[in-house]
Amino acid sequence: MKNIWYFFKGTVVLTSKGSKAYYCWVLFLLCLMAIGAMAYFRQLDEGLIVTAMRDQVSWGFYISNFTFLVGVAAAAVLLVIPAYVYHWKPIKEIAVLGELLAVSAIVMCLLFVTVDIGHPERFWHLIPKIGLLNFPQSLLAWDVVVLNTYLALNLTIAVYILYNLYYKRQPNKNFTTPLLLFSIPSAISIHTVTAFLYNGLGARPFWNSSILVPRFLASAFCSGPAFMILIFMLVRKYTKFKIEDKAIQKVAELIAYAMFINLLLLGAELFKEYYTASVHLAPVQYLFQGLHGHSALVPWIWTAMLFNITAFVLFLVPDTRRNNVTLVIGCILVFVGVYIEKGMGLVIPGFIPDVLHEIYEYAPTGIELLLSMGIWATGLFVFTMLLRVAIPILNGDFHVADDGVGSYIGDQLFLIQHNSEDEKDSTDNPEFRHDSAE
Amino acid sequence: MSDVHKCDKHVLHKSRRKFLKGLAAGIGLIALPGKDASASVWEDFFQKHFRELSKDELRKTLARFEKQYSKQFGKQVTVKATPPLAGVLYGYGLDLSRCIGCRRCVYGCVGENNQSRDPQIHWIRVMQLDKEKGVDLAHAEHYYNPAQVPEKGHFYMPVQCQQCEKPPCVKVCPVQATWKENDGIVVVDYNWCIGCRYCMAACPYGARHFNWAKPALPAKEMNPVTHYLGNRPRPKGVVEKCTFCIQRTREQPGRYPACEEICPVGARKFGNLLDPESEIRYLIENKRVFIFKEDLNTQPKFYYFYAT
Ligand code: SF4
Ligand code: SF4
Repeated sequence: MKNIWYFFKGTVVLTSKGSKAYYCWVLFLLCLMAIGAMAYFRQLDEGLIVTAMRDQVSWGFYISNFTFLVGVAAAAVLLVIPAYVYHWKPIKEIAVLGELLAVSAIVMCLLFVTVDIGHPERFWHLIPKIGLLNFPQSLLAWDVVVLNTYLALNLTIAVYILYNLYYKRQPNKNFTTPLLLFSIPSAISIHTVTAFLYNGLGARPFWNSSILVPRFLASAFCSGPAFMILIFMLVRKYTKFKIEDKAIQKVAELIAYAMFINLLLLGAELFKEYYTASVHLAPVQYLFQGLHGHSALVPWIWTAMLFNITAFVLFLVPDTRRNNVTLVIGCILVFVGVYIEKGMGLVIPGFIPDVLHEIYEYAPTGIELLLSMGIWATGLFVFTMLLRVAIPILNGDFHVADDGVGSYIGDQLFLIQHNSEDEKDSTDNPEFRHDSAE
Repeated sequence: MSDVHKCDKHVLHKSRRKFLKGLAAGIGLIALPGKDASASVWEDFFQKHFRELSKDELRKTLARFEKQYSKQFGKQVTVKATPPLAGVLYGYGLDLSRCIGCRRCVYGCVGENNQSRDPQIHWIRVMQLDKEKGVDLAHAEHYYNPAQVPEKGHFYMPVQCQQCEKPPCVKVCPVQATWKENDGIVVVDYNWCIGCRYCMAACPYGARHFNWAKPALPAKEMNPVTHYLGNRPRPKGVVEKCTFCIQRTREQPGRYPACEEICPVGARKFGNLLDPESEIRYLIENKRVFIFKEDLNTQPKFYYFYAT
């Protein structure tokens, strides 16, 4: 028990230390969070009328972000599979980062759902026994269960590993391996259940298609890893953490496969809708061509198509995949492309035209944008804090001091401009020993 | 050392109390309009699901709401919780050959059921359709507004909750805040709904409506005869829908729903599907009848028919 407290204390001290860049970054995020919080208070006060959602389009930007982020969270599994099942060494070291990303993404998911509902203070109605969770009837109830399980699971694994490394012990394999294996189906389940949530509604033909789940999974296997690569690149550049090119290459290859499947499934869907040309074509038409003069999403979806296809080519050709510049461009394209396609591009056409074929065009309001920005900032803040602790631990720069009570902090700066040539002298600072007994 | 600890604990306690206070205030801000007494904030927060209330609790809850609404609207408001009648399954018939699209039912419903006037909430939507095209939603006009109805070449189709026998809205609700009663009416517990709007995505008829803002209901227009699961005033952030005027139809002697009463051409029929002698049964058995979006197998108890 005491050890946990020392560990916790040490992490608090650690996160309060860093370079100027680190402080600026954190401060910047805190500002955005404050703005988001202000937007949320306004929304609580006036109701969801401050959003552009209405009865016709009853879910909007918040749920779009939620859907996209579930995909990002699920993708952590990608890094876990090769690392632990095939004992593939280069990825093993970064799998923890993947898990921490999953944790941050799930935190964002939960926040996006919270701000979307009309009565967040009634959350306890969802707790089994105390409230009345409609399980297994409601897919939303399933989602509540799997998302929280996944969060707990990733948090447990990552914290357990880090905690043990901090105390210079080898994490117990008998404890981690079953959990890690279980996290693989859990990751798939969060995304499958989220897809089912839309999929099971006969009222909404746009979602009521049996390849929705595979489409979700395929795009998640694009966006999540793309985000991971971007993070790896940043982490490699601005911290002392080293990530092998081999690991990044492996992930990039996976993106190429996943994007191919994603595009193939999209093509199958489009063929079916356009060739049949039944009344169910309307939402697809709205998305890709515009319907009765309403075409708010058309430029967005074509941007997404262009980005996805370009990125696919970039990842397919070995030369551009191995080149760091084109690799980063590809990742950004994938991330943005899937964000549009599996965010607003998926949620909104479910409601346009609505069940009585009315067309109400939706575009998020300023409050929705500010609030969402605040949630993204919160997620990045959580991720930054987690990395601030995890990276020094993995590097051996943060561990228990010799007296068994205090902690040794070897990485005072965290965020630094990092040049591969002079890495040793520029980053290593005079050792610092924090004594928690004071 | 121990002194320091004590002091620490003290501070902790204080801050926890502060935190709880803050939490209560925060919750109050969300849940209740205005600055009501904090006791009622807590009662609202811990309000149990309607179906989990014991007889005694139900009585107390009804009394509490009656008091609250009476004060809020400055008149005597009753909140009943009349249970379903035995041997009754409600069914609704709508004669498309008679409806003239005057929307009197829409506003009759608003007056009876205490919907928000601003923003406007309508439980009934009347669509103007082309006679040539039939029931083809792609050509429906929702906001038709001519000087006089009916317009040549058109017919009118009112849509409201179809009180499905297999209601998808009920299936999807994560907290069982909406359910089908034994007389077939699908109801919502406004004190249990978390406002996730999943049911709105699931309903194929656009029958569910959300209180995007605090409903504006002028005191003098407020209908004081209410039912817990029906037309009592709603808070913001919850879903509401047509209940076949549960506050009227469940009483004995029963009254017709407001929309059926107000229809100037007698296009609306209402009755007990289990009674072989009822008018609704006669119509179903003898007229050309269809149910809306039959292929979805929601099994509506709302029957459209052509009497002529
Ligand atoms: S019409 Fe809609 S709200 Fe009414 S019971 Fe059917 S699904 Fe539910
Ligand atoms: S909005 Fe309310 S009634 Fe509808 S699904 Fe959510 S909790 Fe249930």
